[in-house]
Parts: sequence; C-alpha cells; structure tokens
Amino acid sequence: MLSLIEEKVDTVFGYPGGSIISVFDALYSYRDTIRQILTRHEQGAIHAAQGFARVTGEPGVVIVTSGPGATNVITGLADAMLDSTPLVVIAGQVSSPLLGSDAFQETDVVGLSLPVTKWSYQIRTAADIPWAVARAFYIASEGRPGPVVLDFTKDAQNELMEFSYEKCTFIRSYQPYPDLKVSAVEQAAALINAAKRPMALIGQGVILGEAEEELKDFLTKANIPAGATLLGLPALSADFPLMKGMLGMHGNVGPNRKTAECDVLIAIGMRFDDRVTGDLKTYAKQAKVIHLDIDTSEINKNVKVNVAVLANVKESLPALTALLEPASHADWVESFTAHEQEEWQRVIEPEIHPAAGPITMGEVIHLVSEMASPTAVLATDVGQNQMMACRYFKLKSKRSLVTSGGLGTMGFGLPAAIGAAFGAPERQVCLFTGDGGIQMTIQELGTIMEYNIPVKIVILNNKFLGMVRQWQELFYRERYSSTPMKSPDFTLVAKAYSIAANKVVNREELKDAIQKMLEHKGPYLLDVQVEENGMVYPMIPAGTNVDNLILGD
Amino acid sequence: MEKTLYTVTVYTENMVGLLNQIAIIFTRRHINIESLTVSKSSLPGIHKFTISVETDKELIVKVVKQIEKRIDVLKAFLYTDNEIIFEEVALYKIPTDSLLDNPEIENLLRTYNARIVEVNRSFAAIEISGSADVIQGLFDELNKYKVLQFVRSGRVAITRSTQERLSDFLDEMESKRAKALEECKK
Repeated sequence: MLSLIEEKVDTVFGYPGGSIISVFDALYSYRDTIRQILTRHEQGAIHAAQGFARVTGEPGVVIVTSGPGATNVITGLADAMLDSTPLVVIAGQVSSPLLGSDAFQETDVVGLSLPVTKWSYQIRTAADIPWAVARAFYIASEGRPGPVVLDFTKDAQNELMEFSYEKCTFIRSYQPYPDLKVSAVEQAAALINAAKRPMALIGQGVILGEAEEELKDFLTKANIPAGATLLGLPALSADFPLMKGMLGMHGNVGPNRKTAECDVLIAIGMRFDDRVTGDLKTYAKQAKVIHLDIDTSEINKNVKVNVAVLANVKESLPALTALLEPASHADWVESFTAHEQEEWQRVIEPEIHPAAGPITMGEVIHLVSEMASPTAVLATDVGQNQMMACRYFKLKSKRSLVTSGGLGTMGFGLPAAIGAAFGAPERQVCLFTGDGGIQMTIQELGTIMEYNIPVKIVILNNKFLGMVRQWQELFYRERYSSTPMKSPDFTLVAKAYSIAANKVVNREELKDAIQKMLEHKGPYLLDVQVEENGMVYPMIPAGTNVDNLILGD
Repeated sequence: MEKTLYTVTVYTENMVGLLNQIAIIFTRRHINIESLTVSKSSLPGIHKFTISVETDKELIVKVVKQIEKRIDVLKAFLYTDNEIIFEEVALYKIPTDSLLDNPEIENLLRTYNARIVEVNRSFAAIEISGSADVIQGLFDELNKYKVLQFVRSGRVAITRSTQERLSDFLDEMESKRAKALEECKK
C-alpha cells in the first residue's frame, strides 16, 4: 500500500476476493488517500483503468483476486498491450506453499498473462514488494507503455516487513528510449527536403510522447499534410489545417488515396496496422518511407522503410524540424480539397444531414459533437458506433479519445468512459456505444450509479450487430447470421439504476434530447433508434489497396 | 521463402519464466525450434540461451527483435553457421558384446574422435562432440551393431568475432545507469 502511495497512486479500480482480501483490508486504512472504485466485474475494472490511463497519461491501477478475478482481466491486458496503455494490475494469488496444487481459485497468472503483458512477475515474499512495485510502474510507463501484472501471493500479502521504497529509474536489460542517431535524422530531413509530395501519418506515439506541439511545428514548417490513425486522431485538433483526417478502412478519402500518391511518407509513432495499410504488397510502394518510432521491433515489421529514426518522438521530431527547409507544397496540399469535397458530397452530407428516413448514426454524433464542450472526451465502444464516432466527432483537445483500437474489444466503451471520467473529472465524457456493445458490460451502470459518474451514454441502437451486419451485406450475400438482436428497453434498465434516460425515435426530438442530456447534471443514457441497415462509408475492404474505396452511394 | 538454419543467442537476467517468455514468441509464429540450450553464461547472474531454428531471414529478424523487447532480456544476437563455432554433444550406448566382437568399432571411434566414457559387463557408453552431421554419421555407423540408446544435446556456439558483444552492451548500459543516478541527484 505504501508502495502505491510512493508512486502517487490516488485511484484504484478493483474487485475483492479471497486471495486479495488482505490488500483490500490495507486499502481500507488508506481510503482517504487512495480512492477505491468497486466496479461490477473485473473486466469493467481493467477497462476503466485503461480509460483513466488514456486521459491522464498515468498508469491505471487495477486490483483483483486470483483465479477468475485474474482471468477476467486478460481481455483488458491484451487490449492495453496492443494499444500501448500503461497499467499496473495487482492480482491476488494463493499462498506460495499451495502453488501448483490446483488450490481453490488458483490459476497460473504469470503464464496466462505473459503473451499479453509487457512484464509479469510473481511476488512471493513481502521483501520483494517495494522492488517489484517500483519496477512495475517504471516498466508500465517508461518507453512504449504497456500493461504489467504483479501476481501477489497471499502469504506475501500478510507478511510484515521493514518498509523502504526506492523508485526504479533504471533496468540494465531495458532501454526505454533508444538514443537518437543524428545520421538518421539527417537522412530523414534530406528525404523530406527533396520531397514534392510529402505526407505524414500520425499515430498514438505522438500522444504517448506528449509531442503534440512538436508535431504541429514539424508539419507547419514544411507544410506537410497529415492523416492520423484511429488512436492518433487526438494528436491534432480536427480544425488544424494540415490535419486531413483519419487513415484506414473507414478513414477519410483524401489521406487514404494520397497514401498511394505521396513521394515521401513520414510515419510518426504508428505501427502500420493492417486496418491502416490494407494490402501490404501495394501499400505506398511509390513512396520513400521514413519511420519515427520508439520501438525497434516496429521498424520493418509490416512496411519496409528507407529511414528509421528510433527515439521518443518528443526528441526526434524537434531534431528533424530543425533540419527542415521551409516549404509550402501548395499544390500538393491543395490537392486534398477535391477529395474532401467528393467525400463531403457523396458520404458525409447524406450521413449527417439526411433528408428523410430514420435517424442515422452520423447525424447523432455530428449533433453531439457540435453541442458538446470543446474539451469533451469521446469514448466509444467497438464497431459501427466507433467508426462513426471517430469520423464525425470533432476532437479538439489533447487526450480526448478513449477507444479500443488494436484489439477491438466490444464492451470496452462503458467501463472505459467511467475510468475517463475519474481521470478527468473536469471534462465532459461522451460515450457512443451500440446496442450490442453496451450489453457486454452493462453491469457497470451499477458503478455509475454508486459513484454518480456524469458520463453521457448515447446508444446508437440499430437492433443489429451493425459492423458484422455490414460485412454480411457486402461480402456474405446478405445472410444475416446471428446479427439481428433483441434488446431490453435501455431506458428502463437505466431507470433501475436510477440513471436519467430518454429514448429518441423521431428526428424532430433529437436535438432537444441531446441538449437535455448534455445539460443534465450527472449520468444520462440516451437510446437513439437509428437506421437498421446503416453502413459506415467509405470502406476499404480488408486486404485490398488503400485507394480502393467504396463510397456506398 | 528460402529457409536457412539460424542460431539465435539470447542473454537474459536470471529470472523465473524466461524460457516461457522466449518460447511463446516462436510458438505464436509457428516456428519450430530445432534445438535449445540454456545455461549460465560467463558473466555472473546472466543466462545464455542458444536456439537454432530453420526459417527465413525476414521472419527471424523480427523474432529476434521481439525477444529483445522482453524486459528481462539483455540482448539477442542472430547468426548464420559461418559466423559461429558450434558443437553438439552426443552419447551412444551399445552392447559390450558388440564392442568386443567387432574390432572395427575401435577404428570407427578413432576416426570420429569419439571416446568411451564407461564400459561395464552389459554396455559401453560412447561420447562425441561435433556437428549434427558427424553425430548422425556415427549413429548410422554404430547402429549396424545395434545402438541401445542415443541422445544428443542442443547446440552451443561462440562467435568468430574477437569482441564479446554482450560486454559492450553491459558497459553502455552501466554508463546509462550512472547518468540516470546523476540526474536523480540533481
């Protein structure tokens, strides 16, 4: 406990149980210093910690029991591993003499968590605690962040020790920040200076490295247009002129098509996920590729690069900017406009301002985005609601997006929004989720009720598992296997949890309903009945070229 | 993709579970490990893994980076056979009668530079170190006289370069530690 205080932890998400009861007992003595949030399921606890970590940049802390408690956090660990989210998960474990005996609620937590954690360690004696906790926080947050598990045996929890704490600042086998090589920066600068059509791809690395300002300076100096990955979106404000939108399967037309036209591609803190690149055999073959990243193993992993600049982008970006010659690339930047207009006419306008028919997802999100606070945090679940929210919600402030990128975890949204609200109590938190996703972790409405967390929950209810339905319509001959879904009346569910709620069916009521939700003090659930066969466009079918866009009109 | 036999050497801290951490990196990519040797290294507290795998270059380069990414791994190196000196050890057990009845076995052992480590009334144990081919060759020869048991080790290897690459790495990291400490004092 003292170790947690040493790491300035003020909030933990968790769920007690037999093998962690001693830790919760100790927490009880420190309840004035460390806020304990009891979620309704361990998965809820870990997603909440992820939401907390995303908005604060500090590691989220989770405390759960052994066995099922620990296995219930595995999804969250895998999610945090793929999305580089710093977490410290403390899981109880049976007493060390019982290890390996199939004792009650025993599982091999280290073995289970190894493939989905940055580090996983079993604490068997109290003397190990300060060392292991210090190391856990260092590993979770330094370098490329990630989840860490401490598997904490019950006897170690109960043992007494002389406490002394030393923060971890160095591990000889771990180099969190590679040394920036001047020669690499020079080569990259030379390529960019010679480029006629440079384009930058922004990833979450910019946010994790807190290099948003450095990025702006870099792009502005040589007037380089940029597209962002899903998680990289909040690195630049949506209204920043060189920000040309989202990359990838459901990204914007301009940045995707231009990836196939640019002559120099500058990837900044991103990992060339298949949802971004489509077919690697044809991806950006015409371009010289520069990759700025903190993680050596990302270089040449998916896309072969011409120049790799290994370092924290906080360090490499300014070094690179210093060597750039000011340039305007006016025609090139201007060439994005035609694509923007085409997308506006063919996709965006019909989606956000439909003339008639049922309410569309895009129009709900667009309205909320217009009316929400400029510092609002957007949380999403996974699927159509997520892609639509990221397309139509204009992110205007730093660390304003909480979504499950790499793992695509349905059920992530609601608990993650709770965590975000704890991490940023002064900011409005708007969650968009689906009728499917919310039911995967709907028990967390209980957490919202207990702590009166002012999350605004918008269910984009299309009575389908929409994204899978979309694929079935496009690629599976409209065979809607297991995608139509009957749901309860969500407003009544909310009522049972004493959460204010409203249902909207008609377009005329929508604006007022959103207004009411945003003005409401405290949590609010808005069930919007949207078009059942809505589709997210543009779409690049999986595994095809990034300029092979279906616009759906 | 052309497959080549690669030798990966990995230096790690002495901690529980490292074998598992390294093994799952191969498993995830469906790479079969040909041989694996784990032992203490010449440096106190540091363990050395020697892993040989047959695969293509692109894949193994990525695997080595993933191994090195593990927190408790100090350094991983990738070699092809011409960059290292390597040996395996093998033991063979043949009936003592075969040895006595077939004097040509003695010649065979001399040719192969093998030695007899134990003889009793029922069997003789023979030891050899060498390449996988040599070991297999001796087995094929001896098996004409019925080998009772045969076992071979994984590969151990040292580099042909004169420097100890791990020491350079450790020196570099130690100077970083000193720097980190200094910054803390400030």
